[in-house]
Amino acid sequence: MTNSSSSKKHGQDQSELSGPTSKSQRTKMGKSEDNDKKNSGKKLKDVEISVPIVYGNMAFWLGKKASEYQSHKWTVYVRGASNEDLGVIIKRVVFQLHSSFNNPTRVVDAPPFELSEAGWGEFEIAITLHFHSDVCDKPLNLYHHLKLYPEDENSSMSTKKPVVVEFYDEVVFPDPSEAFLARVQNHPAVNFPRLPAGHTLPPPIPVEDANRRRKGDTKDNPLSQWFLSFSEADELLQLAAARQQVDACVLPYHPVPLPHFPLPLN
Amino acid sequence: MDAKDILGLPKNSFPSSADKKPRPPKESQRKPDGISREVYALTGRMPPLMPSIDASQLKKKHPPHEKITWQWLPFTNSARKDDLHLYHWVRVVNGVPPTGDYSFAKYNKSVDIIKYTDEEYEKHLTDPMWTKEETNELFDLCGRFDLRFVVIADRFPSSRTVEELKDRYYSVSQAILIARAASSGDVATHPLIKEPYNVSQEMERKRALSMVLSQTRQQERKDEEVLVEAKRIAELRMASKVTEQPQLVVASNADAEVTERAVPGETISPSNVQPPSMVVPSATDNASTLASLRMLRVYLRTYALDQMVQASNSSAGLRTIKRVEQTLQDLGVNLKPRVPTKAVCAEHLELRREILTWLNLQKQVQYKEAEGSSFRDGSYGETPGTPKDRTFIPDSMNFGVSSERVGKKDQKRKAHGGPPTSAHKRPRKQKASDL
Repeated sequence: MTNSSSSKKHGQDQSELSGPTSKSQRTKMGKSEDNDKKNSGKKLKDVEISVPIVYGNMAFWLGKKASEYQSHKWTVYVRGASNEDLGVIIKRVVFQLHSSFNNPTRVVDAPPFELSEAGWGEFEIAITLHFHSDVCDKPLNLYHHLKLYPEDENSSMSTKKPVVVEFYDEVVFPDPSEAFLARVQNHPAVNFPRLPAGHTLPPPIPVEDANRRRKGDTKDNPLSQWFLSFSEADELLQLAAARQQVDACVLPYHPVPLPHFPLPLN
Repeated sequence: MDAKDILGLPKNSFPSSADKKPRPPKESQRKPDGISREVYALTGRMPPLMPSIDASQLKKKHPPHEKITWQWLPFTNSARKDDLHLYHWVRVVNGVPPTGDYSFAKYNKSVDIIKYTDEEYEKHLTDPMWTKEETNELFDLCGRFDLRFVVIADRFPSSRTVEELKDRYYSVSQAILIARAASSGDVATHPLIKEPYNVSQEMERKRALSMVLSQTRQQERKDEEVLVEAKRIAELRMASKVTEQPQLVVASNADAEVTERAVPGETISPSNVQPPSMVVPSATDNASTLASLRMLRVYLRTYALDQMVQASNSSAGLRTIKRVEQTLQDLGVNLKPRVPTKAVCAEHLELRREILTWLNLQKQVQYKEAEGSSFRDGSYGETPGTPKDRTFIPDSMNFGVSSERVGKKDQKRKAHGGPPTSAHKRPRKQKASDL
């Protein structure tokens, strides 16, 4: 709790993060304690930042150029779900490959977070996301099974069309710091929460020139033509239809629709 | 292709003249070197997953310019004390028979038993429990049987246990070593000195081992049950500690607080579980899961969903969980959402809960119907005293809206018989009195 001067740095616990800022406010502006407590109380409830990502791999068969030990050229990657630049959240990504590769621990320091290699075997890759210090000091692990061969054994392999396996997921930060919130306020890669009324954030630090920022996104990536698309609309429709059906089945037992838990509006 | 020829079937089931021509030449162009076309076809026309090893590397090749004959020659064994000559086949290379001792002589190993003189015995080794003859006999047997104490115990003239024999042997050896050593430091690293034999510990150990081995299956099962019970109680204590601290995100029914106290009882004896209170145990699990998720500084949405699903499954048996999953599949819903956004995960979780509730309602009705018509007579007179009705209270607040439907359904439900009718009768009373 000695970080009152460096409120931008992460505190020891997330719950104590409001501590440093309110302390500095108290000493500098002499606000009443109650007001600050209300502020920090508001901040902790239901304010989460989520970053939708897609991770997976793409594999091209080398065809005639294939040798016994290198039959495919593949790329494993982590990208923003809408192909936005993840560099604002992620500092670096570490891909842990099979031990038969030279230097199996590959570090990618800048977006786009991808790694290309050539080989013949499928194995599990451990992907570790390291975040910027104001975002989170704990890294997050993902696991992806590298896929080179097509699902359908009978389909022929082509050198032009790759085998693509991607998974959608969201990285959730349940208790984001003020600094983090401020920095990513308007960034397209992030699902920004609705802040409690009256809560103001400091203005964001001016972003580096647009050219430098654009390079981190994967919109113009040579592989982007093969990226899969993930739409939540389809899934929501499917689920809504299913729920209606279940409600209908329950009707004979229960004249009124089942009590629903209040869904978060955020 | 050849199989179809043999069977006399048409070659292409999807006739498209454009495809026919390029396809056959393309396939034959890809014939690989090294293996025949048919073999390559067996592997699905793909290179093998593992790099192959050349089989010729595996055979042991003899140098071709040597002349090898086999001869019937005599031999001796240095391990034998007598001078026995035997014969055997010998591989002779270029007329030169092999030299050296019999190849198995080197395996004739034995343990070095310490031999003491009579003086040493008088000086260091006398013991009230052991006579000199017995000790001599023991050492002789040890030498003959290479310290195989089980055999030695069997052959020992007077009946002594294995532990006693071991104890005597090791303490004698120890005493001799110390006596013969120039200083105590020299032998301090000798294994006999460093780790002396402990009779009492050995006997205790063997006794405990035999106890464990001789446990009957009944006892094992009992022990396991006790352990599982203890674990469950410990976990409940943990869970109740966690739910006390953060705010509970619960469906805001007064119901929740009433049946919350019943929850620990519910989870231990999950017999007669009623529908609304079925929902509540998952609410308490829900709260503790949310709390533990918030403790993590970062997590994946799929992980969070997984935890919540496990929490809501914790109150259900394995068969019920399987039925929920089967229902999801039948409804055409992915067991794990393909696009797990916050909204999708929430909907998915809700759907699972509703299915669970529905399955439980079904089970309830089945039980009650099975119990027969005697219940039907008693149902009209049922008072608010039963716990089941109490839990229905908050829900019946909503019944005011659809009371007509209640009336209509009532006629149908009489056929089902039993508590469902009584439960739905209550709302009419409620409506008159409190609204």
